[in-house]
Amino acid sequence: MDLDALAGCLASPACLVTQTTSGLIIGMLLFLVAVGLTLIFGVLKVVNFSHGAFYMFGAYFAMTAYQFTGSFALAMLCGAAGTAILGLIFERVFMSRVYGADVLMQLLVCYAFVLIFDDVVRMIWGPEFKSMGMPSAFQVPPLFIVGGVVPPYYLLLIGVALAAAVVLGLGLARSRIGKVIRAAAHNPGMVSALGINTGLIYGGVFALGGMLAGLAGALAAPVRSLTPGMGFSVLIESFIVTVIGGMGSILGALIGALLIGLIRSFGSLGFPLFTEGLMYLFMVIVLVSRPTGLFGKEVA
Amino acid sequence: MKRTRTTGVSRRSTLALMGAGAATIAMPWVARAQAKTIKIGMPTILSGRVAQLGTSSRNAVMLEVEKVNAAGGLAGRQIEMVIRDSKGQPQEAARISRELVNTDGCELLIDAEASSGAFAVHEVARDLGVFCIHTNSETSSLTADPKQHIPNAFRTARQGVHDSIVGGSYAAGIAKAKGLKKWATCSPDYAYGRDTTGEFTLYLKRFAPDVEIISDSWPKLFQPDYTEVVTKILQAKPQALYSCLWGGDLTSYIDQANIYALFTQMEVFAVNMADYTALTVVKNLPKGIHSGNRYIKTYPGTPENAAWGDAYKAKYNEYPTNWSWENATAIMLIAEASKKANSADGKKIAEVLRGLTIKCPFGADGTVTMRGEDQTLIGYAIGWGTTIPQEPYVPEVKAGDWKTILELEAEWKKSKGYT
Repeated sequence: MDLDALAGCLASPACLVTQTTSGLIIGMLLFLVAVGLTLIFGVLKVVNFSHGAFYMFGAYFAMTAYQFTGSFALAMLCGAAGTAILGLIFERVFMSRVYGADVLMQLLVCYAFVLIFDDVVRMIWGPEFKSMGMPSAFQVPPLFIVGGVVPPYYLLLIGVALAAAVVLGLGLARSRIGKVIRAAAHNPGMVSALGINTGLIYGGVFALGGMLAGLAGALAAPVRSLTPGMGFSVLIESFIVTVIGGMGSILGALIGALLIGLIRSFGSLGFPLFTEGLMYLFMVIVLVSRPTGLFGKEVA
Repeated sequence: MKRTRTTGVSRRSTLALMGAGAATIAMPWVARAQAKTIKIGMPTILSGRVAQLGTSSRNAVMLEVEKVNAAGGLAGRQIEMVIRDSKGQPQEAARISRELVNTDGCELLIDAEASSGAFAVHEVARDLGVFCIHTNSETSSLTADPKQHIPNAFRTARQGVHDSIVGGSYAAGIAKAKGLKKWATCSPDYAYGRDTTGEFTLYLKRFAPDVEIISDSWPKLFQPDYTEVVTKILQAKPQALYSCLWGGDLTSYIDQANIYALFTQMEVFAVNMADYTALTVVKNLPKGIHSGNRYIKTYPGTPENAAWGDAYKAKYNEYPTNWSWENATAIMLIAEASKKANSADGKKIAEVLRGLTIKCPFGADGTVTMRGEDQTLIGYAIGWGTTIPQEPYVPEVKAGDWKTILELEAEWKKSKGYT
């Protein structure tokens, strides 16, 4: 425990800026993965244990597109669009067959696909770790804001994730499709009786969730090594985020992810040997005080 | 009328066959010793995050086995490798090793496991008495601790304490020259990371007593994001950083630290940087990272080493790794010991192997020696240098002095109560 370091940082504007942006970066990537997880659970009532695989595929799709085209924008697009298509196929061909089954069966199917997807990546891209490399446009010195260090690429990352959060939030709250999705989450039988194709909605939600995880993977690809199985550790943290925020709540996912990011960022200064433990401790406190999570009321 | 014998199995032949069968069941090694081929079992990691290193171990072994077989094999017996995937799980490594000997009939073992699995395989070798060479475990105690000693187990992997002595001495020289007194460390939070970092700082402070460690970070193994670790180090404002992160963890760390311009703000010493697995993967490798040599074909700068690296690349379309040379050396030693013993028997090979010096492309002076007292490899090329972003990646390597290494190693063993 190094509380002096933590207190020193809280008293220094430069340190506050650096550590806060550090927390935002960690949190925003986690949010993109966790929001897909929570969205799928909210509408489909399925705990998608294979969700981390979409993060992995997003990173690999982006790296491949970047290698062939040299375009970072196209790489992001391929990462997101590729995983959306993959999500749609996965839901229609496999997951849609186990909606009526018990939770154990759903978990087993998802876990089987975790292993299958990892092996598919191993067969296509090889077992060794890979690196996409930072696009030349972002190979620039970091910005200094109030003395704090902020890399330009991370500003883009935070911006994209925030934009995704706003579009998603407004889309679900205001648009007709959003209302249909919310209705399907609440009462799928009634939605179906009104002549709306619920299968299409389910497939669409799964594709959207996959796309968000794929976008997170694509955004992470320039700064994280790519390896088969890379989705698993992100998945665990995403589960923590959804448990803290409340399963099914988008706002909860955002707040939960940001809190985890900030805990990791400032915890590494004050509690360097207990940073991971702090995350779990916080989750336990939330579960004990609010078993449905911070925004659990929004669970459909 | 001429009586002809009918074809078939006579009573005498049947009795002889039954006798031979009974002897084989009761004494399987008799059948093995008479077999034309000799099976060598090899548990290693062929799946998961470190599969690349396990694969490179297998590749190096096969490269050398082909040469040995082309030259007539071990005392006239062709080598047949039986290689199994332990998935990096110690209990699986132990189970496979036992199976390789008891079921597959392997007479020798090459233990190409990381440290966690190597200790498990070591116990199997102790139990079965089978000849075994540990090729990848760098944890010093595996051979330094007399409690671990068994006459049938050897090690061709480099040792953590050797690396730390050379690294500490090299880093202290730079620390004194550049006035680097405030240091930070960032290493993976498991036995290898903790031990190696502890040994490095021990020798760094010994050679440069003014050095102070002002910050330490212990990210977990295979952690995807190091942002909070990078910013923590930036806040501490050290003059130098030591890390024994490796593989994908090291490349992630470099990519993430790069965009914070960390490498322009301090001298970085990353012992595992100079291995092709990391060097060829990082797209924006900063210039001037200090690293220990793992495997590079330009050090030692001999035609033999360059030829070996090129032959490996030509066969497998990728460069060898640190684990590759350690495994190739095992086959070279076994082949030479077998030749001298004129036998493929494990016990006879072990007897000759103790104290054996052979010509080897990976030797500091063109030779390596299997030290008799603790049955571990010495004399291999060991040094540190600074990286550049393209081949040869580490243009100049400052060689470690084996006389000093051995003296300090002896002191270290004494301090640990090993001697």
